[in-house]
Amino acid sequence: MSMASGGLSEGVVLAEQVTRTSTGEAVQFWVLATIAVLGALGTVFLKKAVHSALTLAATMVCLAIFYMAQGAVFLGIVQIVVYTGAIMMLFLFVLMLVGVSSADSLKETLRGQRVAAVLCGLGFGILLIAGIANASLGDFAGYGAGGVSPSGAVETDQEAVALINQGENVKGIAHLIFTRYLWAFEITSALLITAALGAMVLAHRERLTPRKTQRELSEERVRDNVNLAPLPAPGVYARHNAVDIPALLPDGSISELSVNATLRARGQVRDVSREPVHQVAELEESAEVWMEQRGDVPTARHEGEEAGPEADGTGEGAADVDPDEAGAERTDGDSVAAGAGSKESRS
Amino acid sequence: MNPANYLFLSALLFTIGAAGVLLRRNAIVVFMCVELMLNATNLAFVTFARMHGNYDGQIIAFFTMVVAAAEVVVGLSIIIAIFRSRRTASVDDANLMKW
Repeated sequence: MSMASGGLSEGVVLAEQVTRTSTGEAVQFWVLATIAVLGALGTVFLKKAVHSALTLAATMVCLAIFYMAQGAVFLGIVQIVVYTGAIMMLFLFVLMLVGVSSADSLKETLRGQRVAAVLCGLGFGILLIAGIANASLGDFAGYGAGGVSPSGAVETDQEAVALINQGENVKGIAHLIFTRYLWAFEITSALLITAALGAMVLAHRERLTPRKTQRELSEERVRDNVNLAPLPAPGVYARHNAVDIPALLPDGSISELSVNATLRARGQVRDVSREPVHQVAELEESAEVWMEQRGDVPTARHEGEEAGPEADGTGEGAADVDPDEAGAERTDGDSVAAGAGSKESRS
Repeated sequence: MNPANYLFLSALLFTIGAAGVLLRRNAIVVFMCVELMLNATNLAFVTFARMHGNYDGQIIAFFTMVVAAAEVVVGLSIIIAIFRSRRTASVDDANLMKW
């Protein structure tokens, strides 16, 4: 019943027979075990897969600290680097590829499957824990002097025993891997290569049709007579040039073609058609009111309209006038110039 | 505290992982629950190694990690391949071989 020197710093229990750990390790165990179990429950019960991944990472870090506390320093580091660092990040990558929003369907395809699963889990857990409680675990040997059990075949190898006795975790593991478990270690390399190749084969997508060249694309456009000219550019009247603002057609409606299809699919297109149309309408109204006050300009405008069809063609409103007309009116006063100025200041 | 508590924790985590495999439909979450079970067994191996005072358990846990890494790589690429053809990651929708 000697005390152990547990905890993170040393991690190696220097006692031949351990049935109780140090208080530090006990505190650490109860705190981190709570976090680990909560993380595991979160992995199972949280709705979003990303949250599940994060809670699982927390559980894995807790387990890594447990490994270190039990003398497996190397495994603890590998757990953090490989599991939390590599595997969980791979999970997150795949989650992003597949789509974060792919939530679980709550539809039960098998009747009563959930209840049966919960019952099975409970029964299995009770059986497992009761089995461990009933097993004659004996005393914990721990690592350290005299702690090497007679079952280990390393005793024949004096060096391994010496290393283990010194509490050299990494050296002891390296010795075992490269002597007794060398064959398994070599097989591991074959497994890893096969897994990498398999992943490449599975994730590879064969291109079934050759990629179309630019020439073929343009010939196709001409043949189909669709979008012969370049697509309209986004932006409105040089007021906006952002890609998410659609161009306005002459009638004030927006041009769907001017915005990227991806933005349209995401619903990130800003609708600005109403704003400028309203502004133009306001401008027309205010200009007409102003011209009625002046009294002389509407007559000039009527003359302009009668003079030629191009005055109608401008179509922008009272403030947008023909150059000739503007020249004629400039003699009267600065009325139209003021109107144009107000339009610019508004826009 | 008895060091055997690590074994109980390991059993508890394994049970939670197994229940998660049975309960969840999202293939990626199911996969994460499998990882949780593997981690739980690793904890048991490390505890057994401490119990017997040799490093064999730690070596087995090390190999478990290697196999788990290979398994994750292949499994996730299978999930991606299924997602590409069926546009879903739900295990219920992959039912071509259902009788």
